[in-house]
Amino acid sequence: MTRKQRRLAMIGTALAVLSLALGLVLYAMRDTIVFFHAPSDIQAKGVQPGTRFRLGGLVKEGSIKRGEGQQVTFEVMDAGASIPVRYQGVLPDLFREGQGVVAEGVLETSGRFKADTVLARHDETYMPREVADALKAQGHWQGEKAPGKP
Amino acid sequence: MLIEAGHFALALALGLSVIQCAVPLWGSRTNDSVLMSVAGPAALAVFACVAFSFAALTIAYATSDFSVLNVVENSHSSKPFIYKLTGVWGNHEGSMLLWILILTLFGAVVAVAHESAPERLRANTLAVQAAVTAAFLLFILATSNPFTRVSPAPFEGQDLNPILQDPGLAIHPPLLYIGYVGFSITFAFAMGALIDGRIDAVWARAVRPWTLSAWVFLTLGIAMGSYWAYYELGWGGWWFWDPVENASLMPWLAGTALLHSTVVMEKRDALKVWTILLAILTFSLSLLGTFLVRSGVLTSVHAFAVDPARGVFILAILVIFIGGSLTLFALRASLLKQGGLFAPISREGALVLNNLLLATACATVFIGTLYPLALEALTGAKISVGAPFFNLTFIPIVVPLLLLVPFGQTMAWKRGDPLAVAQRLAAAFGLALMVAIAALAVTLGGPVAAPLGIGLGVFVILGALTDVLARSWSRGQPFAVVLRRARGLPRSAWGTALAHAGLGVTVIGIAATAWSVETIATIRVGERVAAGPYTAQLEAVVPRTGPNYRENVARFTIWRGERELGAVETMKRLYVTRGMPTTEAGILTVGLSQAYISFAEARPDGAVDIRFFYKPLVLLIWGGAVVMALGGALSLTDRRFRVGAPARARSAPAALPAE
Repeated sequence: MTRKQRRLAMIGTALAVLSLALGLVLYAMRDTIVFFHAPSDIQAKGVQPGTRFRLGGLVKEGSIKRGEGQQVTFEVMDAGASIPVRYQGVLPDLFREGQGVVAEGVLETSGRFKADTVLARHDETYMPREVADALKAQGHWQGEKAPGKP
Repeated sequence: MLIEAGHFALALALGLSVIQCAVPLWGSRTNDSVLMSVAGPAALAVFACVAFSFAALTIAYATSDFSVLNVVENSHSSKPFIYKLTGVWGNHEGSMLLWILILTLFGAVVAVAHESAPERLRANTLAVQAAVTAAFLLFILATSNPFTRVSPAPFEGQDLNPILQDPGLAIHPPLLYIGYVGFSITFAFAMGALIDGRIDAVWARAVRPWTLSAWVFLTLGIAMGSYWAYYELGWGGWWFWDPVENASLMPWLAGTALLHSTVVMEKRDALKVWTILLAILTFSLSLLGTFLVRSGVLTSVHAFAVDPARGVFILAILVIFIGGSLTLFALRASLLKQGGLFAPISREGALVLNNLLLATACATVFIGTLYPLALEALTGAKISVGAPFFNLTFIPIVVPLLLLVPFGQTMAWKRGDPLAVAQRLAAAFGLALMVAIAALAVTLGGPVAAPLGIGLGVFVILGALTDVLARSWSRGQPFAVVLRRARGLPRSAWGTALAHAGLGVTVIGIAATAWSVETIATIRVGERVAAGPYTAQLEAVVPRTGPNYRENVARFTIWRGERELGAVETMKRLYVTRGMPTTEAGILTVGLSQAYISFAEARPDGAVDIRFFYKPLVLLIWGGAVVMALGGALSLTDRRFRVGAPARARSAPAALPAE
């Protein structure tokens, strides 16, 4: 092989691998990405039942109800709306009424949200950033309750 | 007083590191060896100052000095002593101080150990290292001072985030930082060579031990972090494709590529420009990781405190160093002469392919990690990119790479013979295929990916061993000769084989996760629940009090059929100071597999909700990483890296086929 052919072979392989990767990334971007919505976005943006997304807001006081086995229902609310959520499984340690929560799942035709994941938090003062931003945007932000600052 | 001294030492270190940067650079420009020789002692002095300051903070933690704000916010007098010490880096300020401590430690080691490196290269390298140190010292002094006092001092601290009170956390950050920061030396060497405009095999040989040791620690650090997440978060997962994890995976992928390209450069004087670029990119990704984790852009257990000023500052450091180094690279890269020709099918060709695939894999992780941030900044839309994205993009790139590992390792330099390589690997491939088919037959109806993955892992392991075997064994030789030859092989050959075998072990562990079983159940004392071949019986639920927490303990016995395997406890803890609940998983190791129970919730009627996992061969995931790191460490002890060691005259030339 001449020098030129060698170089061509190398560049050809590199292009093949990179275009394969690009194709995979573009394909994956279409199918695997999940959007975030606040409860009031669902009406406003016209989110269709059957779409998969992340729902974030506060767990409404007094809304947590436990059913058979690990069945649990609660409501996620923000300033404008409240969405009932159904979940089957183990809730994270820091899941509490009045606290921020992010649930991932599908909106049912009844308007109820069927969650398959409820996200864990690592810290008792931590508010999911999406939730904090949504609350700020609606003027309901009272600042982080930071016990860290004396 | 000690606290103020610690603060002062940091400021002094900043001044000294500016000297360590400016004077040797000027010296190398004017060819003044007196000025260049300032670099070494200055590096030692900077290290001494930072070490003193770190010790001062550690003493403040050990004695629970609540007049220091950082201690108040992250410690408590009733916290176990060991966590008082590890709490030093369980917060933003302290962990940045640890970062700088390791950075200056590396500088000091270069100053001491590199007497044999060319004078100019050493001076330039230490100067670049000092520039990084100065930038981060400025960062810590300006935005994250760990020595801030509180007046009046409170009586009690606010305790450390409970999930950080764990032995895993004690070692995960130092290991990871040694890895991250270790690549700064490679970066400094690359910059030093570019400033000088000269780069050759001597450079590659000088850099390789640093790359290798950084890689070893990064491997261990990532594995430790993964195991910590597995047992501490109570969800039974070992990798979440969380942006923070990706931030450590990206430098690892780039660093692995760098490790392989420096081999080509050292042996064949080729791939110079690419190697320099990789050295820059690897450290840039480490800086990016620090930015992502420390700036508060991401919310996670690692983002201790969100302060926009810090984010902007680290971003500025990022832009200056990455932009500056790439500019220098663009200006100087044309000076680097290309050497060594090779055929596409050769060891070099295989290593180029390895680099290509690793770099591409790294790029997909990069896109998946940064795309949501970019999209939010540009359009305000919030999205999350999770495991499905990475499974779809990362795995199809990594699987061919794994398949090629044994081929590359067996291929000869310059010009390889694909037929001979295929012949040599036929046995390994056949055996791996048999293992895969056997696994498929035993678990018929189960997931298909698992047996295939296991076959792939076995192929990588056997391929790695084939190489060592082929280099020491030849037909008709007595066993003693084979043994002597195997012993005579360079340690780096054994290291390579071991590291590749470790990779195969990890692949098997990952593949076997497809067989794991999760059961969620509500259970009362005396009842049993099954997951896979294991059964768990709840024996008792009792309350208990720890030093700084209260907990509810669920005791289980684990059974396989009618045989009792052992007992485990899983706890639901409440850390009193922060009012924060945590779950402590109960894990029983059976051979390489584990039974994993985590306490989900206690019900008012006395029943408890649990998650019970059967995790077959799960220990291989981290065990493989440890083997990889051991392989790297073994390579590090190779003769040719021992600085100043005279080249050994081979009395009996060992048969090294095709080298």
